[in-house]
Amino acid sequence: MAPLLQVKGLMKSFGGVTATDNVDLDVIKGEVHAIIGPNGAGKTTLVSQLSGALKPDAGAVSLNGSDITYKPAYKRAKLGITRSFQITSLVMGMSVLDNVALAVQANDGHSYRFLKPARKISHIRDKAMETLIKVGLHKRANEATSALSHGEHRQMEIAIALASEAELMLLDEPMAGLGPEESALLVAFLKELKGQRTILLIEHDMDAVFALADRISVLVYGQIIATGLPDEIRSDDAVRHAYLGEE
Amino acid sequence: MGKMTKTGWATLIGMVALAILPPYFLLTGQAFYMDLATRLVILGIAATSLNLILGYGGMVSFGHAAFIGLGAYAVGITSYHATWGGFDLIASYNGLLQLILALSISAAYALVTGAISLRTKGVYFLMITMAFGQMAFFLFQSLDVYNGDDGLTIDVRSELPFINLDSPMQLYILCYISLVVAMLLVKTIVNSRFGMVLQGAKDNNERMVTLGYNTYFYRLTAYVISGVMCGYAGFLLGNFTTFISPAMMHWTRSGELMFMVILGGAGTALGPILGSSIFILLEEALSSITLYWHLPFGVILIVVVMFVRGGLMGLFKGKGE
Amino acid sequence: MDYTLLFTQVLNGLQLGLLLFLVASGLTLVFGILDFVNLAHGSIYMIGAFICASLTLLVGNFLLAVLIALPLTGLVGYVVERVVARKLYDKDHLDHVLGTFGLVLVLDTTAQIIWGPAGITVPLPAWLNGQVELFDGARIPSFRLLIIGTGLAVAGGLFWLVNYTRLGMLIRAGASNRTMVSALGIDIQFLFALVFALGAVLAGLAGMLISPITGTSIGMGGQIIITAFVVIIIGGVGSMKGAFIAALLIGLIDTLGRSFLDKLFALVMSENAAETAAPAIAAMMIYILMAIVLVVKPQGLFPPKVR
Repeated sequence: MAPLLQVKGLMKSFGGVTATDNVDLDVIKGEVHAIIGPNGAGKTTLVSQLSGALKPDAGAVSLNGSDITYKPAYKRAKLGITRSFQITSLVMGMSVLDNVALAVQANDGHSYRFLKPARKISHIRDKAMETLIKVGLHKRANEATSALSHGEHRQMEIAIALASEAELMLLDEPMAGLGPEESALLVAFLKELKGQRTILLIEHDMDAVFALADRISVLVYGQIIATGLPDEIRSDDAVRHAYLGEE
Repeated sequence: MGKMTKTGWATLIGMVALAILPPYFLLTGQAFYMDLATRLVILGIAATSLNLILGYGGMVSFGHAAFIGLGAYAVGITSYHATWGGFDLIASYNGLLQLILALSISAAYALVTGAISLRTKGVYFLMITMAFGQMAFFLFQSLDVYNGDDGLTIDVRSELPFINLDSPMQLYILCYISLVVAMLLVKTIVNSRFGMVLQGAKDNNERMVTLGYNTYFYRLTAYVISGVMCGYAGFLLGNFTTFISPAMMHWTRSGELMFMVILGGAGTALGPILGSSIFILLEEALSSITLYWHLPFGVILIVVVMFVRGGLMGLFKGKGE
Repeated sequence: MDYTLLFTQVLNGLQLGLLLFLVASGLTLVFGILDFVNLAHGSIYMIGAFICASLTLLVGNFLLAVLIALPLTGLVGYVVERVVARKLYDKDHLDHVLGTFGLVLVLDTTAQIIWGPAGITVPLPAWLNGQVELFDGARIPSFRLLIIGTGLAVAGGLFWLVNYTRLGMLIRAGASNRTMVSALGIDIQFLFALVFALGAVLAGLAGMLISPITGTSIGMGGQIIITAFVVIIIGGVGSMKGAFIAALLIGLIDTLGRSFLDKLFALVMSENAAETAAPAIAAMMIYILMAIVLVVKPQGLFPPKVR
């Protein structure tokens, strides 16, 4: 079966620094594929090239067999890729429900509609509320996003990714800044998503990675040095060296 | 109508005052106040149009006065040729024709300049809109046929069905109703799906793009709507003053418009009309004291920018960030 | 084809371009290094012109007046920096624009109060008023040669200053890392005030050089500032090299456009149409150029490398 996402020979440099060095990667539909690696390995740069926020210097990215290497970010969202951000990126001036509703609205045809008040469109609001209930944020639905805690912002990012109904979810360090309880809750939530969506998970939190991942790729200095099942990666020499040697 | 907030009440009271007081003044022989009010209302429409893209869309345009000029010249040029000949194709006193011309030219200008300017953002966007505004200024300044810098005076106002624009009262009523319509239009747009995207893009463009919105085109659409509304304000202004000159489009006019929106409260419904009122009243008060009223006006602007915490831009971004 | 006319117009275009560079260089220095957008830069250009004009009438000698007026204009720049600009550095770019817009109103009106609404005509000494013959038939006013010479000398001096001196190094460093530079014991506040004053002197010099040709006028600042912005947009904000090339480009296009566009148009349309269309298009040319550059390269032709 052809992979959902296929990356071949991806290259990206900034000045003299090669952030992405000939990366080959594939993500199979329905799997949770984790990318781990030491700090500065180029994980966010890689995700940005997959989501369309950055253009690669060379190489190819394809989704469901069609090439999306240079397609702008908004087009990729329509094709089924959504992304959460390492540093949460939300519309701070709007309510929690508004944020999720925007994600729902994006999938409800075009938005060149000028007459009906958006906040009164029940099928959008209801769907958004459903998603909030799923992540457990429904009680805060009408509060200003700026009033929520960091952990709740992370939950919002997941809710938005869910609401966008994209098949491929690129999650960039969703556990970052969460305490042990909150992390456990998020891991449990993501476990329930397994099989329903395809997830490319960038993470530092090893407990979360080994609890969730079907396959793991290891990124060091912009290169993928190993890809395989969690147990294989755990016992791989090159990986141990890269991690233990660094840390 | 739902619950009325404090600002809702303030808006209502303000609008009622504007509906009653100026006609009262005219009828009691104080036509001066009617003139003042007419100008206030017309600038209020222009400020409302700018508020759509600036207050709600985050696009700080320093070239919006160009639209006022374009709308006014649409009236001026057609009327001029109808009086003096020389260009039969567009010679006309017909208000509806002039209106269509004003709105179409504003739309075309907004589409072209917006498509280019919106490739940039922040202060670069501002500088580019300023440059385009000056381009329009220099263009009309170079047209000797229409007196260039010295400006154009029209003998005949736009001829509209049912309304006689030579009557100050009727002109004011048209302007007032236009303001109400403009404010309602902006309010409707802002609360619609389109408005949600626009406001979201102002707050966090990256997030909106990630969701799948091509924010460039949404912004461009808003820019065109805003330009057309402002061109309409120019149409009214040309008819009000009967004197049309390139000075209407100078970048300092755009700056005044920007200040009206921001001082009055960018991103609020009442803001633009409050801003235009403050500006007109300040201008009146200061110019009755001194010929050089721009000096204290400038000082007030500097002081407000310096001492409002977070700057004026902070005020208007304030809510979310 | 009248080559003499072409040659003189090219020289005129260069002259305009160099004057534009003087104004734009100050603007781009302040924007690039202080990260400050100064709308009032044009007003300082005007004030420099007026100070010099008054001094010329007072002292009777144009060159002497320029020498005295330059530091005076620098002083004006310094005062503006201390009183207004400094308070705005920490704020948004857009606040800079709003604040300096207020400053434009203040400075322009003050100038009007001091010097009146009419401009001043600046008399030149006889030796500068003459003409120089360059080659058969091509005569150019000596003053214009002086402007071109001065412009090139200043451009060379600025290039040397920014790239080969310690001050230039501090200027470039200050832009990229204020805290580090001040940690090295260098007074950032003083450095910034110095750069600001330098920008003022450059703008003032441009105003002083153009006023014998056009006379001074209250509105001259408001007109030049937009053109200066167009220069730095095309050249790339913060880039001296970009400002230089863009300024020359604009000077040439504007001058040659105004001179030759009607003849060009007359080749494809009636003389009447050409006479109306040409000045209109000529007036818009530099903005059309800006639009083209923005479509192709939104950051300008020579954007400075992001450090």
